[in-house]
Amino acid sequence: MNRSTPPAEYELMDDPSPKRYGRGLFLTTLFGGLTSIAWGRPVWSRLSGSLAGIESLVPLVPHGWRIYSVADTMPTFDPATWRLAIDGLVQQKLALSYHELRALPQSHQITDFHCVTGWTVKNVHWKGVRLSEIFDRARPFPEAHALQFVSAEQPYLDYLTLQQSQLKDVMLAYEMDGKPLTREHGAPLRLVIPEMYGYKGVKWLNRINLVPQAGDGYWEYLGYDRDAWVGRSNGYGA
Amino acid sequence: MGWPLERLRRVRFVRRFSRTERTLHWVNAAGFLLLLASGLILYLPRLSVLVGRRPLIKDVHLWGGIGWIGALAIVVLLGDRRGILRTARELEVLEPSRFNVGQKVNALLNAAFALLFLVSGLLLWFGERDTRFRFTSTVLLHDILMYAALTLLVGHLYLAVIHPATRHSLRGMTRGTVREDWAKRHYPRWAPPPAD
Ligand code: HEM
Repeated sequence: MNRSTPPAEYELMDDPSPKRYGRGLFLTTLFGGLTSIAWGRPVWSRLSGSLAGIESLVPLVPHGWRIYSVADTMPTFDPATWRLAIDGLVQQKLALSYHELRALPQSHQITDFHCVTGWTVKNVHWKGVRLSEIFDRARPFPEAHALQFVSAEQPYLDYLTLQQSQLKDVMLAYEMDGKPLTREHGAPLRLVIPEMYGYKGVKWLNRINLVPQAGDGYWEYLGYDRDAWVGRSNGYGA
Repeated sequence: MGWPLERLRRVRFVRRFSRTERTLHWVNAAGFLLLLASGLILYLPRLSVLVGRRPLIKDVHLWGGIGWIGALAIVVLLGDRRGILRTARELEVLEPSRFNVGQKVNALLNAAFALLFLVSGLLLWFGERDTRFRFTSTVLLHDILMYAALTLLVGHLYLAVIHPATRHSLRGMTRGTVREDWAKRHYPRWAPPPAD
């Protein structure tokens, strides 16, 4: 590279005691940014309470949601051919069409959604069916102690123990905030378990397999916790 | 044959940016735009859906980021190090000289942001693999940096490309020289060396 000398004469350089506010600005920004890893989130949640109105003025900016996917393309939903399979350790295997699923008794809930990477979406309005409706029809065998949730997005899957799946606000959701699930949110069906981080909430759900015990899901295989309790797993809280 | 030629002869140019400075600028710009584009695909739901291929975009973004900072370091190491150091010293003093105060603030903030992007980006990456590196505020830092850097970029582009009084400065960053009269008007406290 050419070592052509750049311009040299600055009057400031003759100033015997220049005030280095520029250095201060640089170092302060660096320091503030680095330490914000410790204080950023709590300060932000207090601020964003008062900023909530402003956020909704900017339509392009996601309202907290980020879309995570692991395959090259997101699954597409065809109501004519889509089925939710319930199989494994059940007395009655099922293959519910979208129509049949929507015909099951509905539930609503408003719960917060927490992602393990640190963002949260408050007050998400979900509509869907409880797992108990499914269990009533499929009748799991006593040996079934866990559920494997399989996504149409290969190779994503995850597990809940039977006990975890019976928490009262666990839901198979087909509507979010008053509208059918959009493609990026897992159309037509996703699992919702507000007590756990979002990676447990399998999107594009198309199979529930009853199994003797829980195994590692997609992210657990990469080192995340199986029991993904919000605030007390994956290195948080504890 | 009249005045245009005469005027041409009278236009004198002065050297504004060394080749190292210009290379540094354009490597920085290219890397930043690549990271901005790939980062926004990861960030904005509509773009995520449109583009898909998240694993690939993530790789482009991560390695782009490492390449960006690495390339900047290499340009400095192989280039005119003393010149860069001198420029850095000049930036430390927030008074008009070869640059005005706004330019200095822009450069200093961008330098700090680049380091913070690197640190938070690497934490995001390692955090995905190891809970010891996982912090709830990392994504927040990375996002806020993006908004702040984007704001600076918009102002910078306006002054460098659009605003009639200042856009001649673009020539300094492409060819390395600017008109002497322009330099005198905009940087009265700078005593520029003549071109060539
Ligand atoms: C050395 C530089 C950088 C590194 C190592 C880096 C790394 C990363 C990583 C690992 C992620 C997480 C991806 C994921 O898991 O989904 C990410 C997200 C992101 N990056 Fe960067 N990045 C860098 C610079 C930048 C720059 C310069 C910009 C924009 C100007 C940017 C914008 C973003 C955005 C918008 C996201 C999405 C964040 C979110 O989901 O909230 N990054 N980056």
